[in-house]
Amino acid sequence: MNELIQDSKINSFVESLPKTKIPFNNELIVNASTVLKSIDFPTTRSEAWKYTRLGRIKAISASGQSARVGKNLSRELIKDSYQISNSGLTFVYENGVFRSDLSSGEFPKGATIKPLTGCAKEELTSVGQTIQLENELFNSLNTVYAIDGMSIDIEDGTVINEPIQLIHLLTGKNTIANLRNVIRIGKFAKAEIMQSFFALDAENSFANSVTEINVSENAHLSIHKLQSETEGNFHISTEQVEQAKDSTFTINTITLDGTFVRNNLNISVNGINATTNLNGAYILKGQQHVDNHTCVDHKAPHCNSNELYKGVIDDKSTAVFNGKVFVRKDAQKINAFQSNANVLLSDLCTVNSKPELEIYADDVKCSHGSTTGQLDEEAVFYLRARGISEKTARSLMIEAFMADVLEKIENEDFLKYTQSKLNKRFNWESIVE
Amino acid sequence: MITINNLHASIDGKEILSGLSLEVKPGEVHAIMGPNGAGKSTLASVLAGREEYQVTSGSVNFDGKDLLDMSTEDRAREGLFLAFQYPVEIPGVSNVNFLRTALNEIREYKGQKSISAKDFMAMVREKSSVVELDPKLASRSVNVGFSGGEKKRNEIFQMAMLEPKLAILDETDSGLDIDALRIVANGVNTLKSKENATIVITHYQRLLDYIVPDFVHVLYNGRIVKSGTKELALELEEKGYDWIKAEIDAQ
Repeated sequence: MNELIQDSKINSFVESLPKTKIPFNNELIVNASTVLKSIDFPTTRSEAWKYTRLGRIKAISASGQSARVGKNLSRELIKDSYQISNSGLTFVYENGVFRSDLSSGEFPKGATIKPLTGCAKEELTSVGQTIQLENELFNSLNTVYAIDGMSIDIEDGTVINEPIQLIHLLTGKNTIANLRNVIRIGKFAKAEIMQSFFALDAENSFANSVTEINVSENAHLSIHKLQSETEGNFHISTEQVEQAKDSTFTINTITLDGTFVRNNLNISVNGINATTNLNGAYILKGQQHVDNHTCVDHKAPHCNSNELYKGVIDDKSTAVFNGKVFVRKDAQKINAFQSNANVLLSDLCTVNSKPELEIYADDVKCSHGSTTGQLDEEAVFYLRARGISEKTARSLMIEAFMADVLEKIENEDFLKYTQSKLNKRFNWESIVE
Repeated sequence: MITINNLHASIDGKEILSGLSLEVKPGEVHAIMGPNGAGKSTLASVLAGREEYQVTSGSVNFDGKDLLDMSTEDRAREGLFLAFQYPVEIPGVSNVNFLRTALNEIREYKGQKSISAKDFMAMVREKSSVVELDPKLASRSVNVGFSGGEKKRNEIFQMAMLEPKLAILDETDSGLDIDALRIVANGVNTLKSKENATIVITHYQRLLDYIVPDFVHVLYNGRIVKSGTKELALELEEKGYDWIKAEIDAQ
């Protein structure tokens, strides 16, 4: 395949990446390779990347990278530092490579869960069908160069009470890790999945994750996603979700660390009476750049979607929010609510917020809103006038601002883990009680 | 308790307080009255430490310490309490959480142990009854969805919880109906002791029927121009401020 793209504009970026060993169907690989042959890194001239520059990712020279796996990781370290819930099955990946030695927990009944490289070609025939490749560099890269990932298939009618966890660790210098996940929740089935992204001794490394999600009729899926890679590393995530009728899909995206994070969350609501919940919280400092692009495409009537993204932006960091809601012509009786709110803590931080509604039906209830402001100084003074230090007063105010979005996280382990990370930063102690 | 000496303060270069002096001793209640724009709320703001105001000269001694040298929170920790004219709504911060944080920071400042959750809740129940504040309001977000009267009662509830040495009530009576006024005044009177003192800033004599002051001062053009006993308040109610203005302006 490398011959095919030798003359491409991204050659220097991909030349030392190994081709995927996941047995995708050939057509998919050919299609993705064709895209890579002609595509270049998008620039800020393209609308989807208007506020997000990719120069630093483009400049990663993977040829000089150290060994991709073999980090001195232990199960204890995973358990102590990265594992969010102690119950359920945990799969650990390092730079996209499955680490069975670090993974733990019991396989739930009624589900088939394995690394994608362990799947047979026949099992993956439908993989990639919903992922757009045309004009999509990172999806195409992820297809041709996917190292591994998780395949989760929940049988019809199966309810799994313990969360299924995926922990991804980025390690080493100049690493490029393409992680691919495929999730299918059968009819009337229910599951909860945690995806958490960390970095350990990593520098100038890049994780590119693509997750395909299929939520069948009347199925329930909740995804809790935590992005906490360290400074100096980059992360792009794409989730492509297909929802059938009567299904419920919830995703909580918490972004705390990492120099560069871009989330592409695309939800196609294909069946009637489906419910979609998107919650996001980003708490930025230093020079972080976090870009959340979401798209909810209502193709069928009688559906509800609720989107709430909130951000706290400090120092010289930048947040981007672009939330799109489509309501197609025949998708009547849709209730779609979208809200983005930001608090700026410094004079040098930036927010670019763009809520978008495109409605082609005539009997719908849709709203969107975006606010960006500062902490209420009068309230800070009020708290101080009662004996509370300025630092604590500001923490209380930030905590209060984030409370409604954090309260939407139903999984207590995930909430507690997020909380403990935030407590360390802001000295909070009161939400989880 | 507090000695204010020749205090000058300005905002945006405009002088509001022009040589204000006042002494308040433990156990006393002082009322400060005066026409609009006299500097009443500025005095409260300067004492509480609002940073928009610049103190250009003068001194404030609070229980042996230089008040003006302290941060807002340290003034509160030393026992100064301001009941706000316009209590601030803080969505998402619960009244109890906020008060427990305040109480514990004050205790820490004084080198005391933090209060247990059990003792704290018992205290909330006891003190909320002082101002007949529905205990349910105590667990709600600070002042959010409170009526005007409830906000003012919440101020006095906070005062009861924090047990300050000196309480400054900044127009706590404004906007209150007679029942709420009585409840607020009753709360203040209940909390009164030989060790603490109260400064009541008001526009109306009405409040002073309920909180009986030992001294009444008239603030005009940034200074106290007349002091007397509670009879002065009655006189002001009857005659207004014009005679005092005329008296001062003639000088």
